[in-house]
Amino acid sequence: MDAVQSDHTRRPVPAAGESLAIELRKINKRFGPVHANKDIDLAVARGTIHGIVGENGAGKSTLMSILYGFYHADSGEIVVGGAPVTIHNSSDALRLGIGMVHQHFMLVDNFTVLENVILGAEDSALLKPSVDKARRELQRLADDYGLNVPVDAVIEDLSVGQQQRVEILKALYRGADILILDEPTGVLTPAEADHLFRVLRTLREEGKTIILITHKLREIMAITDTVSVMRQGQIVETLATASTSPEQLAELMVGRRVLLRVHKEEAKPGAVLLDVKDLVVADDLGTERLKGVSLHVRAGEILGIAGVAGNGQSELLEALSGMRAAKSGTIRLNGEDVTAVNDESAALLRHKGLAHVPEDRIRMGLVTNFYEWENAILGYHDLPKYGKGLSLDVKAARAEAQRHIEKFDIRPANTDLKTANFSGGNQQKIVLAREMERDPDVLIVGQPTRGVDIGAIEFIHNQIIKMRDAGKAILLVSVELDEIRALSDRIVVLFDGHIVGEADPRTADEGELGLLMAGVSQKGAAQSSEANP
Amino acid sequence: MEDLISILVTTIRVSTPLILACLAGLYSERAGIVDIGLEGKLLGSAFGAAVVAAVTGNVWLGLLAGIGVSLVFSGIHGLASINFRGNQIISGVALNFLASGLTVFLGAAWFGRGGNTPPLSGGARFYAIQLPFARELAGVPVIGPIYSGLISGHTILTYIAFLAVPLTAFVLWRTRFGLRLRAVGENPKALDTAGMSVSWLRYKALAITAVLVGMGGAYLSTAQAASFSREMSSGRGYIALAALIFAKWKPYPALGACLLFGFLEALQYRLQGVSLPVIGPVPTQAMQALPYVLTILLLAGFVGRAIAPKASGQPYVKER
Repeated sequence: MDAVQSDHTRRPVPAAGESLAIELRKINKRFGPVHANKDIDLAVARGTIHGIVGENGAGKSTLMSILYGFYHADSGEIVVGGAPVTIHNSSDALRLGIGMVHQHFMLVDNFTVLENVILGAEDSALLKPSVDKARRELQRLADDYGLNVPVDAVIEDLSVGQQQRVEILKALYRGADILILDEPTGVLTPAEADHLFRVLRTLREEGKTIILITHKLREIMAITDTVSVMRQGQIVETLATASTSPEQLAELMVGRRVLLRVHKEEAKPGAVLLDVKDLVVADDLGTERLKGVSLHVRAGEILGIAGVAGNGQSELLEALSGMRAAKSGTIRLNGEDVTAVNDESAALLRHKGLAHVPEDRIRMGLVTNFYEWENAILGYHDLPKYGKGLSLDVKAARAEAQRHIEKFDIRPANTDLKTANFSGGNQQKIVLAREMERDPDVLIVGQPTRGVDIGAIEFIHNQIIKMRDAGKAILLVSVELDEIRALSDRIVVLFDGHIVGEADPRTADEGELGLLMAGVSQKGAAQSSEANP
Repeated sequence: MEDLISILVTTIRVSTPLILACLAGLYSERAGIVDIGLEGKLLGSAFGAAVVAAVTGNVWLGLLAGIGVSLVFSGIHGLASINFRGNQIISGVALNFLASGLTVFLGAAWFGRGGNTPPLSGGARFYAIQLPFARELAGVPVIGPIYSGLISGHTILTYIAFLAVPLTAFVLWRTRFGLRLRAVGENPKALDTAGMSVSWLRYKALAITAVLVGMGGAYLSTAQAASFSREMSSGRGYIALAALIFAKWKPYPALGACLLFGFLEALQYRLQGVSLPVIGPVPTQAMQALPYVLTILLLAGFVGRAIAPKASGQPYVKER
């Protein structure tokens, strides 16, 4: 199926006569002053996988929402299967054979797989015939495409990978010929992602057309035939994947050269600054999410915690930063027992040299309707340098914020702007600046680049490395395996509340890490008693 | 035995409006709309039914009017909570106030009886129906008292209320509409992306709510009583909501919960003025408070974790 290759390297607009699945002509969409989609021209040939890459806010989702009938374009034309169409809503799109797998699944959690699949596509007023038909049809789809799911299981009991398969099945059951996938691998383990890609290849062989929206260039390179790069509402280039490179795509996305590889020297680990022993932590419902975790971080090294989201990472971050009390176990900072006992622990820890960049900047890291300068000192606002007694030294706080802005290149450079008006990457920089500039001994970082643009990612990574080289102990939690591998000096894998393996990022291969993340323990031996069945 | 039968008969009688209101609430809450305005709809439709029945002398027209009033109320609630994405509690409470004030005001203006409507008689009321063979079986032991005494001899609305329970269960679990109804209360986006209108479905659910609660209101003023009297719903809408939560939004448990509340009410009628051992005569007020006290107790502790439909109370906003 490598039809699109050598011959057109610049603009692989499908040749005349080649059958087009979908064509967009001069699509425009404005939201108030924002020109979200500007004169978009896009042609996708039938039976191909077309990637769309771009930074957050580049207009990818808007474009796909127009295609799926969530929005109506201000101007422009959509052609499906050779005929111009108007798509008013999702049912129009479905009727035209366009199916979408959303980033956040559109499933009813307490419904069974079958119920979810037939929802909206029932054949009659009574459910029985539709359920029977869906059962047969799903069996067929499972056989044809390897899309196996237990059809009578309730959604909330399924793994994320299985839930995604249900979403794909939903689209196929409705007869989708064109499948749009929005950031499909964000929540998957590498093994699940591989499985997804196998499914997508099979679908392509069956003549289905797939549009893949992603920010992971590696996936674009691995699976797409052609790729369009979006920047600031426009398609800046459409290329045959075989004739491009991740570097070129990154450059097109950002508009300048980007270093995809992080350059760092060999780590020079020093004394153990953070030492965790047998940590057990429960979530709000009392379920144990960390089941006896022991780890340590030395000065001048980065310990990466790899794992699929929801395996105890959040609880680990919260326990280490003092936000959540441990059920048992100890946390030592510089040798001192700092295991959280109450709500004030987090504030106390900050003054003992532990800084925390929370994984969810909006919910935990910032107050978004505060001014930038307020957030720049938040949590440290009672330090003597920002005022005495009841009063706040606004001038000192602003000066501090200004320093952060310059050092971390935060844009717009305005301390008096509401934090909500900054982009994700700049908001993240505000948090990072606040925590790093405190010169902590230990830095706990959760998902430092979630929802952050490529350009800012490069900067943030470099700052983290700089902290390490300054002799700080850094604990990094990320669901992005690439990020963990690029930054960490040591990697441990968290699965179901246990540390199921340790790896050296220089030698560990992705498959091995992927297996660990999926709960298959290391070489079946050493750690097997620790890992959950 | 006779005592028990008589308490149970009363139980069924007083449970009827609760069952209707509770099922009404079930449809709307399953669709993700919290309807604290059940109380106001009950009151408003009781008034509407009594007024039209009194004026026309036809109880069926009265019933239609009762349903009509609650349809209007539901429409307002829908407009506020679906179209304008307002707070559903506030909209419901406002409707309760509206019903409470408007019924007394209009009643006083039209009939000048201090907010009450004229007494209904003849064709302006619902009467008990004798089921086939009730008379013949009355003398048979066991079956007689149960069939002829307990099951037979209620108004049509009571039978409708009890039949509405299995019907609702069927609709909820076996039909396309039920599937969509449950889905829209859990994850409206799933419906929207599957190409269905969330608003339309919610309006349909609210209409069913209105029809059921309208019958419940009409029952109060034209079957249980023979006229409308001010504030005659006396919190039954709230009790129905409590029963709904107690029943975890499921039809059969809802029936059970309503019968339990009804039984307590029946019991308090019975126990009024009765002197209990040790305690002595129980004040009437204490007995009257019993169903309400139970409501609090049940909701506070005995329900366990009641998981409401996930999207309940949240206006649906298309993203971005």
